Amino acid sequence: MNSQKFPLKGGINSMTLKLKILSIALLIILGAACSPAIQANEARTLTVMTHDSFTASEDVIRQFESDHNATIDFVRSGDTGSALNQAILSKENPLADVLFGVDNSFLGRALEEGIFEPYDSPLLDDISEEFKLAPNNFALPVDYGDVCINYDKTFLEENNLPVPRSLEELSNPQYAGLLVTENPATSSPGLAFLMATIAQFGEEGYLEFWSALVDNGLVVVNDWETAYYTNFSGSSGQGPQPFVVSYGSSPAAEVYFSEDPAEGAPTASIIGPNTCFRQIEFVGILNGTENRDLAEAWVDFMLSVPFQDDIPLQMFVFPVNSNAKLPQVFLDTVQIPDQPATLPIERINQNREAWIEAWTETVLE
Amino acid sequence: LKQKHHQWFRNPTWRAALFWLLPAAFLGYFFYQPLVALFNLLFSPTWDFSLANLNWRKIWDPLWFTILQAGLSTLLTLIIGLPGAWLFARFAFPGKKILKMLTTLPFILPTVVVAAGLNALLGPRGWVNLGLIALLNLESAPIQFLNTFGAILTAHVFYNTTIIIRVVSNAWSQQNIRLQHAATVLGASPWQTFKEVTLPLLRPSILSATLLVFLFNFTSFGVVLMLGGPQFATLEVEIYIQALHMLNLPLASILSIIQLIFTLGITVGYNQLAGMREFAITPRSQEIGLRKPRNLLERVVIIVLIISLFALLVSPLASLVMRSFVKLEANRGERGVVQRGLTLRYYRELGTNRRGALFYVPPIMAARNSFMFAIITIIITLFLGLLVAYALKQHTPLNAFLDPLLMLPLGASAITLGLGFIIVFNRPPFSNLAFPILLPIAHSLVALPFVVRTLGPALGNIPESLRNAARVLGAKPLQVWREIDLPLITPAILVATIFALTISLGEFGASIFLSRPQYPTLPVAIFRYISQPGALNYGQALAMSTILMVVCAGGILLIEQLRLPGRDLF
Repeated sequence: MNSQKFPLKGGINSMTLKLKILSIALLIILGAACSPAIQANEARTLTVMTHDSFTASEDVIRQFESDHNATIDFVRSGDTGSALNQAILSKENPLADVLFGVDNSFLGRALEEGIFEPYDSPLLDDISEEFKLAPNNFALPVDYGDVCINYDKTFLEENNLPVPRSLEELSNPQYAGLLVTENPATSSPGLAFLMATIAQFGEEGYLEFWSALVDNGLVVVNDWETAYYTNFSGSSGQGPQPFVVSYGSSPAAEVYFSEDPAEGAPTASIIGPNTCFRQIEFVGILNGTENRDLAEAWVDFMLSVPFQDDIPLQMFVFPVNSNAKLPQVFLDTVQIPDQPATLPIERINQNREAWIEAWTETVLE
Repeated sequence: LKQKHHQWFRNPTWRAALFWLLPAAFLGYFFYQPLVALFNLLFSPTWDFSLANLNWRKIWDPLWFTILQAGLSTLLTLIIGLPGAWLFARFAFPGKKILKMLTTLPFILPTVVVAAGLNALLGPRGWVNLGLIALLNLESAPIQFLNTFGAILTAHVFYNTTIIIRVVSNAWSQQNIRLQHAATVLGASPWQTFKEVTLPLLRPSILSATLLVFLFNFTSFGVVLMLGGPQFATLEVEIYIQALHMLNLPLASILSIIQLIFTLGITVGYNQLAGMREFAITPRSQEIGLRKPRNLLERVVIIVLIISLFALLVSPLASLVMRSFVKLEANRGERGVVQRGLTLRYYRELGTNRRGALFYVPPIMAARNSFMFAIITIIITLFLGLLVAYALKQHTPLNAFLDPLLMLPLGASAITLGLGFIIVFNRPPFSNLAFPILLPIAHSLVALPFVVRTLGPALGNIPESLRNAARVLGAKPLQVWREIDLPLITPAILVATIFALTISLGEFGASIFLSRPQYPTLPVAIFRYISQPGALNYGQALAMSTILMVVCAGGILLIEQLRLPGRDLF
């Protein structure tokens, strides 16, 4: 090349000048972003790690902050799995003081990893025993919800189909091709529904039931968004299937987020023994926090009535505190099953992977 | 001593090393450090993982499928993209600028929204199927699109055609048209001219674009997950399953190491092909080669091309935009009747915080955050990209070693990198407050290969004789760069800027781990709406997606309007 004969001396010099200017610019940007903000009256910061579905009313959170002269820094990252992974990976050097959002399908793993410190909150007295799954209060229940099958009311009316009363009935030919569910390997409601079938049919019978569902034209997709908005006929996506694995509170959300709430819910849940799987979400103080007192105050706050009252309309799940009140739209539209399916957390932790693999072989292959 | 100093500069290896210094430090610190730290932790004895219990089928099946779908997708993208590049490089037609901008928009859309758009178009109750049912008097939907291999391929073409169009048409339009004229005068047929003159000159840019498209398809995640369904899993999908649902991080890491090894192999293979020959031909103004279609055949071909681009790339976008203005809920009890009205409800709703929610974000703030991150990404990648492009111009074995390492972030799993970031950058100076800066840095890691692969061929095309002429005429070094290099690479810089902008605006994988609720971007806001039931949420997600497209379109048009040196030079 010519460059051998005509050294690029000039090119280099001009580049280094540009380089200097640009690196100064880059440093300024980095510096501006990294410089600590000046904080008024020494408010303490509590870091709360959680998942993307976490939300709350601004007033409620601000009240806590002013009562405790604290700032809450929320780190919301991905779904429950990614939040838990972050806590596990950073357990030597915790990213946060508190983790909220581990549910009973992951709680066993969280306890096994020893990421939490126990805390006997005085507010536990207001919470029913059925929710307290963690031994020694390493994690405290905050809310619960049910993964249920929603159905499209209009479709069933127009086609003169009765509402199924049990899981078994879904394998009847009259419901052929009408149910869409999520892959338990990629979706949390999908896994919850798989566990409902294990609670109902036992380890020896659940795969047989799934085979029957497959023979009856079961549709499986990977994520809740696709199942609900692409496949489900009762949602705005107006897909082909009138039955979808979703949440017991979805009909309430359909009313609350509808263009004309007076019309009532277009969907409802199948409520029968073991048709719904109960998910309970927990909060825990992360092992090694330097703000233990503030973390305790925050956990108490999450279990107290003001926060618990705020839960339903923010996250569309139910408060565990028995003194909390439900909003009208919930009282009107949400059915709470008398006998939800549950499984012990240790059993879930030991078998999660094996169940999913067995399911994959039966349903997908 | 002074003489020695000059010797040092003349050595291309040292020169390249100097150019590489900052980019390599950036990659080392923000890419290799977190990955190595993660793998180190996961293969430490505390994690109790052994290769012996490994189910090799879990690796082999997704690997084979990943290669298969990436190869086919890339081939199809080339089949659509190359004629598209020819169209934009050689012809003037009304609405050209708008069409080119529209073909870029798919690139930025979150998969969940694209799935909604494709469903509205091709789903069981999509417009195409409804139309065919009405037209042919059918019982059920004739087109089965969702959850098929075809859906994966279609979506990849939809997403990535813009890469081929942008990179190749830029090089094509800068080709000196006189060369083709000379060939014609010498008696070459149009096909011979194309084969012997045009194609060899386009080779570097076609190879670059093909590599980028292949690597994008190779690490495809959302498309396979949402449009392919549970029957299909790429390595990236399997990493997601193992890491976030099975909590089997060691297996996720093995999969991601395999993904990295293949990326490295592909890039090394590319370098073998691309490094063979390079022609430096005086580039020409982009406008000189442009012409109107000459005869009926050309006119027909062009119209067919424009229609295909519209059908493939623009119609899913249009169906999304339309749905954001259409009332989604038919009145209860009248569901059979298609009863729809126009509405602005979803847009109005975006501006209200009904529940007084803590993390509510007005669309204007989300757009501002997205833009802010995009601008930082553009600054970082252009600066580092130019340095790398100059480094790659030096003839030294150092490049063969460093270049593939630069491309590796394209083949890295976003989940793995995100987890690596968590364990490395969780203490000062990367406290929570400073964390937002990591998001544009992660975007830059993905955008940098695009910027380098765009600038590289452009720099390679500048004949050294031009610079020498300038020097002989007394130009100072900086002057040479400003008067020769800069004007000639300006079109490539614009293309690179558009890539950095679109990658940053649309990126979602790293955002899962690195976004902070204080700074939600547009894709994050879209996801917040569509992950909840209810017509208003669905409508708002589509409205927010429309805003994302408008913001991106605005950004592209703005960049194309920039009066940089070289635009009016010729």
